[in-house]
Amino acid sequence: MSLDAAMPRAKAPAILPGSGGLRGALSDLFWRKPKVLLLLMLLPPVLWLGIVYIGSLFALLAQSFFSIDEFSGLINRQFTLKTYGDLFQAANLDIILRTVTMAALVTLASAVIAFPIAYYAARYARGRWKALFYLGIMLPLWSSYLVKIYAWKLILAKEGILTWLLAKLHLLWVLDAWLSLPIVGGNSLSVSFTGTFIVFVYVWLPFMILPVQAALERVPGNLVEASSDLGASPGQTFRNVLFPLALPGIVAGSIFTFSLTLGDYIIPQIIGTSRLFIGQAVYSQQGTAGNIPLAAAFTVVPIVIMGFYLWGAKRMGAFDAL
Amino acid sequence: MTSAVSFQKASRHFGSVRAVDAVDLDIAPGEFFAMLGPSGSGKTTCLRLIAGFEQPTSGSISIFGERAEGVPPYRRNVNTVFQDYALFPHLNVLDNVAYGLMVKGVGKAERHKAAEEALSLVRLPGYGARRPGQLSGGQRQRVALARALVNQPKVLLLDEPLGALDLKLRENMQEELKSLQKALGITFVFVTHDQGEALSMADRVAVFNDGKIMQIGTPEDIYQRPKTRFVADFVGSSNVLPPDFVQRYSGQHRWGSLRPESIRVGRAASGVTSGEGVSARLVSTNYLGATTKLALDADGLRLHAIAPAGTALPAEGEAVVLTFNREHLHLMDEPA
Repeated sequence: MSLDAAMPRAKAPAILPGSGGLRGALSDLFWRKPKVLLLLMLLPPVLWLGIVYIGSLFALLAQSFFSIDEFSGLINRQFTLKTYGDLFQAANLDIILRTVTMAALVTLASAVIAFPIAYYAARYARGRWKALFYLGIMLPLWSSYLVKIYAWKLILAKEGILTWLLAKLHLLWVLDAWLSLPIVGGNSLSVSFTGTFIVFVYVWLPFMILPVQAALERVPGNLVEASSDLGASPGQTFRNVLFPLALPGIVAGSIFTFSLTLGDYIIPQIIGTSRLFIGQAVYSQQGTAGNIPLAAAFTVVPIVIMGFYLWGAKRMGAFDAL
Repeated sequence: MTSAVSFQKASRHFGSVRAVDAVDLDIAPGEFFAMLGPSGSGKTTCLRLIAGFEQPTSGSISIFGERAEGVPPYRRNVNTVFQDYALFPHLNVLDNVAYGLMVKGVGKAERHKAAEEALSLVRLPGYGARRPGQLSGGQRQRVALARALVNQPKVLLLDEPLGALDLKLRENMQEELKSLQKALGITFVFVTHDQGEALSMADRVAVFNDGKIMQIGTPEDIYQRPKTRFVADFVGSSNVLPPDFVQRYSGQHRWGSLRPESIRVGRAASGVTSGEGVSARLVSTNYLGATTKLALDADGLRLHAIAPAGTALPAEGEAVVLTFNREHLHLMDEPA
């Protein structure tokens, strides 16, 4: 009765008239052809990415096939592979090898440190603890990258808090022994590869934790129970169930940690030795040296390495569980 | 004879929630045992106590005479068919089935052969190369069953294994599970909230409510002679009769139960009212195919009756007379 009063049923038509005007026509068009709406929404970002971003990337890559005239310093715009040949000079090869080794070690360490944190967050943290987890992971990302690196320089310096702490614990000899080692050692942590490594791991760790946590979040808890039920010890369950299912997340995270380490030129500049990484080589070749072709050839190196890395990961079945 | 599974005053409390409360239970070897109850009644927690996913907060549990408290699931020769199957999505069907043998260190050729045999046992031969994601619900169910059976467990636990299947498939699987259990002679412990499933498959049924066992017995016991109002109502929606009503027909002031199929419905006008019957009004009829379910109102008491197909039925709203055989009126233990 009251319903009838509110909505007089007899008078309402079965099909409502269109609301008219441009808005009504557009709504009807988008409803009938959803792809038109999709196209309109995607066009600006695709144009931006396709022309401005990919385009400039290709312009850079094209430079790598030019060469520099060693006497005049002018760029010779003729196709040549000479610049790529230069990459294989001992000094340049050293830079590539150093960077790739560092990126691999940083990735490995990040994965090892990230897994337990991600596992805890995915399987145990609930409510406020989960919020705390996200805050803890994201908070460092909100502060300036440079501030964090200079903070680490102070921590790792000879007069820094780490040395002070180890001295108080009477463990300074451990640090001294480590610093006396070749390659990884140095005058202090802040001017050694060990210091570069520590800061790289610290700065990129959130990029590993978040994808691993997302991957573990998707693993139903009863798979772990099923594995245990079928006689697998916790170690076997980790190897046979958790790790394979978390692998897409680890690979996704390692793409970040690996490629970010390959390209970074600020961390090794501030914390580390005077020996160059790829990023620093690109920076100095295109800047002070003015050798744009060689800088471009150097930037191709991480792209090629990442290509091989992804291909290998796919062959290993890293994406099978996606 | 040692029991396959034995609970002695076993409890599992989660804080103030008594999921399982001082349960005593003995399951015989080779038995098909059903745990029946509404959701939250503690039946699944009982199953998890046997599997080892939960540990009792008090009391003890033994499996084939051996104490099971503190023993992790991977050291129990007990396997579970999970409610949503819990198949490993990154392994194919054959490797899923062979998983238990793989972690025990059985060689690849041998475990694949055993897995292939287990797949034929559940009538899925040649499905080994597929991924779990490519199978239908019924097929996944069979793979989960094969994955558990390939380990030749002492006890097989099934957690609502048919819950996700459609009616036809469920009926087929019921028969298959039953014959499989007979052929293998393994103790099956089966959790369900479906009373029809429990009655049709199990040798014995335990009815759970609020973390306690209300009654254990054969399906006939549970169905014909419920001890409490809860059991009578939950198992087959029996008519629960209040003490005053029962006293008129049996002379005893106790709660009673009367199965819907024991009630005969006659027209009030037909003149056979010998004072025997209960006068009532037919409220509604539900056509169920083989039978018709009648809802009746006997002076405020809501009763259900079931009439076989083909019986001439009074119209809805008509006055009727209900008669029943007094032997069918079951008196319950529960105090009035």
